[in-house]
Amino acid sequence: MKDMADGYITEDGRKIGGVMMEMKNITLRFGGVVAIKDISFDIREGEIRAIIGPNGAGKSSMLNVISGFYHPQEGEVWFHGSKRPSMKPYQVAQQGIARTFQNIALFEGMTVLDNVMTGRLTHMKTNMLQQALWWGKAQAEETAQREKVEKIIDFLEIQHIRKTPVGRLPYGLKKRVELARALAAEPKLLLLDEPMAGMNVEEKEDMSRFILDVNDEFGTTIALIEHDMGVVMDLSDRVVVMDYGKKIGDGTPDEVRNNQDVIDAYLGVAHD
Amino acid sequence: MFYREAGDFKTSYVDDSQTFPIAFDRYRYYFVLVIAFGIIPFIINDYWANAVMVPFLIYAIAAIGLNILTGYCGQVSLGTGGFMAVGGYACYKLMTAFPDVSIMIHLLLAGFITAGVGVLFGLPSLRIKGFYLAVATLAAQFFLVWLFNKVPWFYNYSASGQISAPERFVFGVPVTGPNVEAWAKYTVCLIFVTGCAWLARNLTRGTIGRSWMAIRDMDIAAEIIGVNPLKAKLTAFAVSSFFIGIAGALLFAVYLGAVEVGEAYGINKSFLVLFMIIIGGLGSIFGAFAGAAFMVLLPVLLKNVLVGGLGWDTALATHFEFVIVGALIIIFLIAEPHGLAQLWKLAKEKLRLWPFPH
Ligand SMILES: Nc1ncnc2c1ncn2[C@@H]1O[C@H](COP(=O)(O)OP(=O)(O)OP(=O)(O)O)[C@@H](O)[C@H]1O
Ligand SMILES: [Mg+2]
Repeated sequence: MKDMADGYITEDGRKIGGVMMEMKNITLRFGGVVAIKDISFDIREGEIRAIIGPNGAGKSSMLNVISGFYHPQEGEVWFHGSKRPSMKPYQVAQQGIARTFQNIALFEGMTVLDNVMTGRLTHMKTNMLQQALWWGKAQAEETAQREKVEKIIDFLEIQHIRKTPVGRLPYGLKKRVELARALAAEPKLLLLDEPMAGMNVEEKEDMSRFILDVNDEFGTTIALIEHDMGVVMDLSDRVVVMDYGKKIGDGTPDEVRNNQDVIDAYLGVAHD
Repeated sequence: MFYREAGDFKTSYVDDSQTFPIAFDRYRYYFVLVIAFGIIPFIINDYWANAVMVPFLIYAIAAIGLNILTGYCGQVSLGTGGFMAVGGYACYKLMTAFPDVSIMIHLLLAGFITAGVGVLFGLPSLRIKGFYLAVATLAAQFFLVWLFNKVPWFYNYSASGQISAPERFVFGVPVTGPNVEAWAKYTVCLIFVTGCAWLARNLTRGTIGRSWMAIRDMDIAAEIIGVNPLKAKLTAFAVSSFFIGIAGALLFAVYLGAVEVGEAYGINKSFLVLFMIIIGGLGSIFGAFAGAAFMVLLPVLLKNVLVGGLGWDTALATHFEFVIVGALIIIFLIAEPHGLAQLWKLAKEKLRLWPFPH
């Protein structure tokens, strides 16, 4: 990793840009439980940033703060160089942040195609009257969006299940459809909460390839939570390590791997 | 053998998102339209209009409306009767205040007024869900009926407390009042049904329909992809109430001619329309038609068979109808939540593969 004035160059030679999102001293409490304790870190343009940590460390809570589900009691979220006011999830989506969930959150009653089409909602411009009358504009927009969606469907190799209701799909494919829906939004920042949980080796390899391709082909910045260390080490440029709501490590995979606090946390050394 | 996609490949996304992707379906749809507009008006008589066709068409509009709110957007409502009352009374006030404006415009405006009222009563849906929302809409039902009973301005201070539709003409043909002929009633309702079904179909297949369904299936995920829940729910209430308002206005002005609010727009109406969409199929426009047809035809059929054919007592036959409807609701809710529309779809899938199921 080579440092530059505004960013750095990764080991595999990709150029990482300036800070896109910065979390400053975030503290999040649920009643007495402190899920996140005074954590700061940043996510840079074009990088793949991993968040790891044992169960209950507060990783998902952190993503929920970024996507506007949780509002931290203390701390600030900075996005593209300015402080973000308190926002609702749909407003965060409109800023170009998309995500997937740890427990798949698809629209079970709708087909794969419709699910992925919903991902483009933030790009839809026609109003209700135009849609009701299905005037030229509404139809043209639908067709244009459909073309984009078909590209993503091809990209993720789910053409064959296009018209299948999501409820009937196996777990691994659902995860892929959820990624497709997030990608359909053409996000600047993509948040993935355990995209490979519960998958077999082959499915994990596919998913890793998709994540790398997304980053490479679309230049999408990605923040992902993952438990599989091998995957994390392979995919990510920098890693944040959390334990009991605190940040105990932050750096390249190699740096993190050799950090004593991180080793202790993963080996289950008793907390005092 | 004829019901096939074979050789019917779609070469554009426009074709692929057609309402009836299989050519045979499309022809059958035109065929129904030709019969409905070109033949039935010339042969319909008073009995068929009043007992079957007109109520079927009016309830189909109401069922489309409720299906948008409940079937597509997942917001349960027991206020349908109350919203139909808003449509009916709005139409009455407009007819008497602006006698020179066409009744067709009044019917449409009644829809818009109901849409506004619907949005107002939809506001709680942002905070409360499911059962609690159902109770809130039930409160709306009782409040609206009470309001139209209590405030004499709504019924123009008539002594009876009823409202009755003055005579109005379209192209010189009476469509409201005492001299309406069967075919005129039927045709007016048919025009509105066709328009409403077309609008509903356009809305549900596009962006807004998908945001309704997203809210229905998982509101958290809907928000994360950028659906504003406030906007999605309130537009669903607005569109739904628009259709229900038109249905209420038609029920009053064209079908019944004179109504007393509690009787015509009571809580039974709310349940009747809800049963229609459960039996017909939640989240399906075709289901709204199927459910309306079923609930309108069932009593007619039972009356003819049980009372006319087997000589049963009328009261007994009516009770028997309750039993059948009740049993069907339970069966559909447990076994086939997508109703008759889904059964129809399954039958078509079988037919598509027939005679070689594999
Ligand atoms: N909505 C909530 N209400 C109360 N407590 C919560 C809530 N969400 C999270 N927590 C608590 O915050 C802590 C962190 O949870 P979080 O889900 O962020 O962990 P995680 O790192 O994602 O764990 P896992 O690896 O198991 O997914 C846990 O103690 C959890 O019980
Ligand atoms: Mg988690």
